[in-house]
Amino acid sequence: MQTDFQTIATQAMQFIMPEGILTLFACAALVLDVMLPRDRKRFVAWVSLLGVGLAFASLWILYTSIVSKGTPRTAFFDMIVLDSYAVVFKSIFLIGAALSILLSIKYLEIEGEQRGEYYGLILFSVIGMMFMASSVDLLALFISLELMAVSVYILVGYFRRDKKSNEASMKYFLLGAFSSGVLLYGISMVYGLTGSTNLAKIAAALPIVASANFNPFGAAAPPDMRYLLLMSMILMAAGMFFKVAAVPFHMWAPDAYEGAPTSITAFMSVGVKAASFAMFGRLFLYGLPDLRGSLAGDPASGIPSLPGWALLLGIVSAITIVWGNLGALTQNNTKRLLAYSSISHAGYVLLGLIAGNQTGYTGFVIYLFIYTIMNLGVFGCIIALRRRGIVGDRMEDLNGLMKKAPGLTVMMTIFLLSLGGIPPTAGFIGKFYLFAGLIETGNPWLVRLAILAVLMSVVSLYYYIRFIRAMYIEGETEPQPVTLAPSLRVALVAAAILVIYIGVFPQRLIDLTQKAATSPGLKTYSYQQGATKPAEPATPPPARGMPGERDRQTATPPR
Amino acid sequence: MTVLLALLLQTPPRAGGPPSPGPVATPPIYGYIPIVIFFLIAVLLPVVLLGVSRLVQRQVFEREKLMPYECGVDPIGDARDRFSVRFYIVAMLFLVFDVETIFLFPWAVIYDRLAVFGLVEMLLFIGILVVGYYYAWQKGALEWA
Amino acid sequence: MRISNCESRNSQSAIRNPQFVMVPLSWYLGLSALLFTIGAVGVFIKRNAITIFLCIELMLNAVNLTFVSLSGFFGDVGGQLFVFIVMTVAAAEAAVGLAIIISIFRNRESLNVDEVDTLKL
Repeated sequence: MQTDFQTIATQAMQFIMPEGILTLFACAALVLDVMLPRDRKRFVAWVSLLGVGLAFASLWILYTSIVSKGTPRTAFFDMIVLDSYAVVFKSIFLIGAALSILLSIKYLEIEGEQRGEYYGLILFSVIGMMFMASSVDLLALFISLELMAVSVYILVGYFRRDKKSNEASMKYFLLGAFSSGVLLYGISMVYGLTGSTNLAKIAAALPIVASANFNPFGAAAPPDMRYLLLMSMILMAAGMFFKVAAVPFHMWAPDAYEGAPTSITAFMSVGVKAASFAMFGRLFLYGLPDLRGSLAGDPASGIPSLPGWALLLGIVSAITIVWGNLGALTQNNTKRLLAYSSISHAGYVLLGLIAGNQTGYTGFVIYLFIYTIMNLGVFGCIIALRRRGIVGDRMEDLNGLMKKAPGLTVMMTIFLLSLGGIPPTAGFIGKFYLFAGLIETGNPWLVRLAILAVLMSVVSLYYYIRFIRAMYIEGETEPQPVTLAPSLRVALVAAAILVIYIGVFPQRLIDLTQKAATSPGLKTYSYQQGATKPAEPATPPPARGMPGERDRQTATPPR
Repeated sequence: MTVLLALLLQTPPRAGGPPSPGPVATPPIYGYIPIVIFFLIAVLLPVVLLGVSRLVQRQVFEREKLMPYECGVDPIGDARDRFSVRFYIVAMLFLVFDVETIFLFPWAVIYDRLAVFGLVEMLLFIGILVVGYYYAWQKGALEWA
Repeated sequence: MRISNCESRNSQSAIRNPQFVMVPLSWYLGLSALLFTIGAVGVFIKRNAITIFLCIELMLNAVNLTFVSLSGFFGDVGGQLFVFIVMTVAAAEAAVGLAIIISIFRNRESLNVDEVDTLKL
């Protein structure tokens, strides 16, 4: 028994190698910070960059040696799973972290806030994100979410003497902590209903709990437990909507994005969002797949059928897309404008979850991947405008940029067109998969949702083109030259090349993300049968993470 | 209040009620009766004492008598003074490092079953805490000045 | 492999802990729902940052109560583990939150969230 335990545990440590390396480097960043003299703090940035690189290498080794061959493996008593979904998301976070660190170095020097804990905190939050992508237990999901969130609260308020930064941090903290509370209450109710915090066990218990006649204690007039289940689902969804800044719960985003240091705004808008979506996917696709469609009622005893989370997400994503795009139209502060734009992008990403087919899931993952790169690129260009005495976050600061820095302008144009979803760029591929997934379902409401999303991305072009107009057409208002620091230049050029490369040769990324989207456990769903699906009998609990889990689309006979 | 009392003070069911499993003959709620009595005494005692002293006393207010008590010395300044922000920092550090020890208890209970791996894992955990402690120390968070 | 009192338990046959005969589970859950609601309402109506934060802590503790009572009801330690984690996270959040609030106070001598309004539409 004991040796058995030890081999299991040692193997488990192997599975979290990338996170372990990052932990080591994050601690090293803190220690180095107090040991280095004031003018050498920049060294910490390179050390943390090395840590991200090593983590990426070990992730790659894990991928080629374990994940790409065969079935996903669980570790730490089913808390952590190592599948391609986790690997792709982890690589998103690592790329995001590496680019953010590169963007930060010069920026922090201009602000006079170059300190080691900044990089340490970025690494800690990346560790949290990576565990969020690979946890399949509510406990592990919650603690990794909090590791990420607490680090980011501090980073948002990183400029301690700046009132705006303080304020952004307080708003983000209070609303973030509140949303954690709401999420936790939902989790506790799910635990109460299903008796487990493991997502696979919850998914296995759901068909019983979600049935209209669930009566665990044999009561004469059983209460309808489905309402409780729906309420817990809504609470969990609300907590996640806060984290991804979807519309009824988006109000912190513009303030937090504007007040935070620009490099952190960039990191937050991609890392936190992608990680929250990774957790969203784990929670809803792994944990609550049976709540997607309608919950079958019992017409014989007059129990109505209830709508599932696809409806909730559909409504929220429609409102989010509309509100985010309309809100962005009137902004003059570029950081605030990009905050609204990132709200609308959260709405687009939700479409992939709603579609519920392979195309949708591929779009979900690929869009987050591409969004990370292009959004970091845009923020990098805005960071480049930060000079002595110029904040560079007003629209006017972009005026006449073409004459001052043509290279930067061209890269900014690429990123903006990509955000708008214009064909030769990567953004188009992402949007294409998301919309195609919706249309593939054939459900008239989802097709309408796709049409709405397409229309709103046309609207979004208006404000992206405002940037381009300012850069190319407006005369310059600020004579001070714009120069790119070497690290910033490397990050921007890399991001721009990636955006174009993925836009022109998307196949490799599509292959990779399709593997993630077909991870066992991500249950697909077909809307044709969804409406009239009879209440299924309890399925045997799936062997965790093993292939052969129920795939609705293939299990039901074709019509 | 009376409903609550009635609920708490109700008598245990006679034998022949629903079969109770094994050793638990009476549900633990009946253990609350002494607590109810204790609670009543705790409420009554101060009410009686204060009431009696109020009835029999002769009240004289003087400056000395109304002064805040500071170990018998004449008070200096206002009692509602602002605390130094240092108190918060020390309290925050205490809070974080104190709560972390919560994880040592479950480990200590079954550490023989977790064997060497559990020990190593706990050492890692404490190692990370020590890094945090070192950082706080070097940053001067533990110094009062 | 999780260390729990009863390994084979599914949601259909939740074990009736005798402790829950006299004070039924619904009382605990009702109390925690009440506490959670008080906390959530407080977050929206209070104006002082520290008070809002206290309300959030109340919400977290309401959740802890739910977990502990459910865990006792099921005879499963999973819920109690969750409480440990929530307590630790709450402590970490408290430390960070107080630090943020202190830095706000240093810069503007007020904790009224209505007055913290540099960032507006």
